Amino acid sequence: MKRRTLGLILVATALVLLPLVLTQIGTAWVRITNLAILFVFLALGLNIVVGMAGLLDLGYVAFYAVGAYTWALLASPHFDLHLPFWVILPLGALFACIAGALLGAPTLRLRGDYLAIVTLGFGEIVRIFMNNLSAPFNITNGPKGITRIDGLKIGGLDFRATDHFLGLDFTGPVKDYYLLLLLLLGVIIVNLRLQDSRIGRAWVAIREDEIAAKAVGINTRNIKLLAFAMGASFGGIAGGMFAAIQGFISPESFVLNESIMILAMVVLGGMGNVWGVIAGALLLSFVPELLRYSVEPLQRAMFGRMLIDPEVLRMLLFGMALVLTMRLRPAGLWPEARHRREMSGADR
Amino acid sequence: MDILLQQLINGLTTGSVYAIVALGYTMVYGVIQLINFAHGEVVMIGAMVAFTVIMALLGANLPPAFIVICGVIAAIPVCMAIGYLLERLAYRPLRHAPRLAPLITAIGMSIILQHIALLIWGRDPLAFPQIIENTSFTLGGAAISTVQIIIILLAWVLMGGLTWFVYRTKFGVAMRATAEDVRIAALMGIDADRVIAATFVIGAALGAVAGVMVGAYYGIAHYTMGFTLGLKAFSAAVLGGIGNLAGAMLGGVLLGIVEALGTGYISEVSDLCRWPLIGQMLSERCSAEGHLVLFGSNYQDVFAFLVLILVLVFRPSGLLGERVAERA
Repeated sequence: MKRRTLGLILVATALVLLPLVLTQIGTAWVRITNLAILFVFLALGLNIVVGMAGLLDLGYVAFYAVGAYTWALLASPHFDLHLPFWVILPLGALFACIAGALLGAPTLRLRGDYLAIVTLGFGEIVRIFMNNLSAPFNITNGPKGITRIDGLKIGGLDFRATDHFLGLDFTGPVKDYYLLLLLLLGVIIVNLRLQDSRIGRAWVAIREDEIAAKAVGINTRNIKLLAFAMGASFGGIAGGMFAAIQGFISPESFVLNESIMILAMVVLGGMGNVWGVIAGALLLSFVPELLRYSVEPLQRAMFGRMLIDPEVLRMLLFGMALVLTMRLRPAGLWPEARHRREMSGADR
Repeated sequence: MDILLQQLINGLTTGSVYAIVALGYTMVYGVIQLINFAHGEVVMIGAMVAFTVIMALLGANLPPAFIVICGVIAAIPVCMAIGYLLERLAYRPLRHAPRLAPLITAIGMSIILQHIALLIWGRDPLAFPQIIENTSFTLGGAAISTVQIIIILLAWVLMGGLTWFVYRTKFGVAMRATAEDVRIAALMGIDADRVIAATFVIGAALGAVAGVMVGAYYGIAHYTMGFTLGLKAFSAAVLGGIGNLAGAMLGGVLLGIVEALGTGYISEVSDLCRWPLIGQMLSERCSAEGHLVLFGSNYQDVFAFLVLILVLVFRPSGLLGERVAERA
């Protein structure tokens, strides 16, 4: 127990000091870390749907988009609305939740692969609407996206300004980091509690054997819908934070490839295991960034020109992560104990 | 020109292509009860390979029809090989794993295929050369082009051929038996692995032809084209009743027509200035701009999805299909 407490204190200190160290390397890395934390949010949300309940959602980024656009429209000069943080973030979660329920209701009573393809289509539809809802009434501002979105402001604390405290500079991204870390802590606790709750066990039961789950009295449709809506609302929260931190959003940020990336994080880390998913999300957030900084100079040095764009390499990496994980280690790098047995087919 | 007839002709053309692609989905689904997620990418690669061959032969002073046929003939084996690889890498090793596993692998494969295509053919859309002389004929006030006629005829010849293959050959019997029950088919001496692999390969071959059709019809090929096309063809397969060959054909054509009519009429229908109450409320803007179109033809891709959702809500088994089990 003592060692565990010590470990926790060490990890906490490291997490608190991290942005200050990263600032020394470059503020860009603080931003990258912030985005990585957002992806941990998203991966944890998708984990509820894919990992715990076993429902393949291929359009998860659509809910992220709903949250982001909710924030952008309610807190920017676009409609000249500037609602506070406490109002918009829950609203974004609510809208995403409603979208999830509306999409899930007709499809969840069918086989899993229908859900996969319907969510795939839904992601595309949301993108089409974001791109085209600029005429005749300008709602989303089309492909140009929404700019000058309000930053976070909680009480007197402005997250865009730089504060001086204890002789240190706390820039905007550093403060965003602390807020995200705090939110992340909340999300992790919620997820861990969910995993061990009655609902969490019902999800796992449905994933493992739906007929048996039904037989023991689980209302499978409602429980699946709950997983879907809850996952969606996590996406909505992440989207709101994304809009606030970036200050600019456009349909470009919410494409299929992002959904695939989040799925790859969940699958690689270990479906159903909160810690595994976090590790997977961090790994797949940072490795492409490292690639971005290493592949280009390396290729120029070796071949004198760019052969493979780091962006393409990133997507190839995600594709490989999906295929290789399922083939070699189907329960992920850090599997949940029960899931490992299930995926290896030992339960059959 | 008659808009209705024109849209019907256009719908029949795209619908025939959808039907060909939908057959790939429905055959695989019939045999292993899984969606072949990467099928759209196979179609895209078919278009790309044909494009490369056609461009290479363009300067050789050969008859245009021969060049196009060479393109198709080159695309088919490449796609068949990819279809086979897909089955071997993504589906066969995971046949006894939970359903989620092969779906995820297939998604991974489709992303890999898409980005390999990006590496080979680049990020920009490729313009298919217009080598077949595209004359238009008038038919009762609407125009139909040579390319459209060829696409529709070829699609129906292929569908006829496939139907003959499935219902009249020994291998077709094996395929239908496997679709009925893999284990019992195996007990009857059918090599189920071979049948399943062959189903993927045949679907991919059809996909290759469909890819060339799309390239020739729209005059363009792009590494992302497989995604939307696959989604639409899948919707068509569900509309007709997934697992059912005739259903895929019917669903494809119906979806093509729904999409063409929808795209043709939606801007008229959703023009707010034509609506009695709202039109008056917006009379100022209406008189200034003439039209206030809520949904223009840029919403074309939404129709297939709407059809898919409506079918899943009201008749999940599709028009000709059997009941879909609720078991996930």
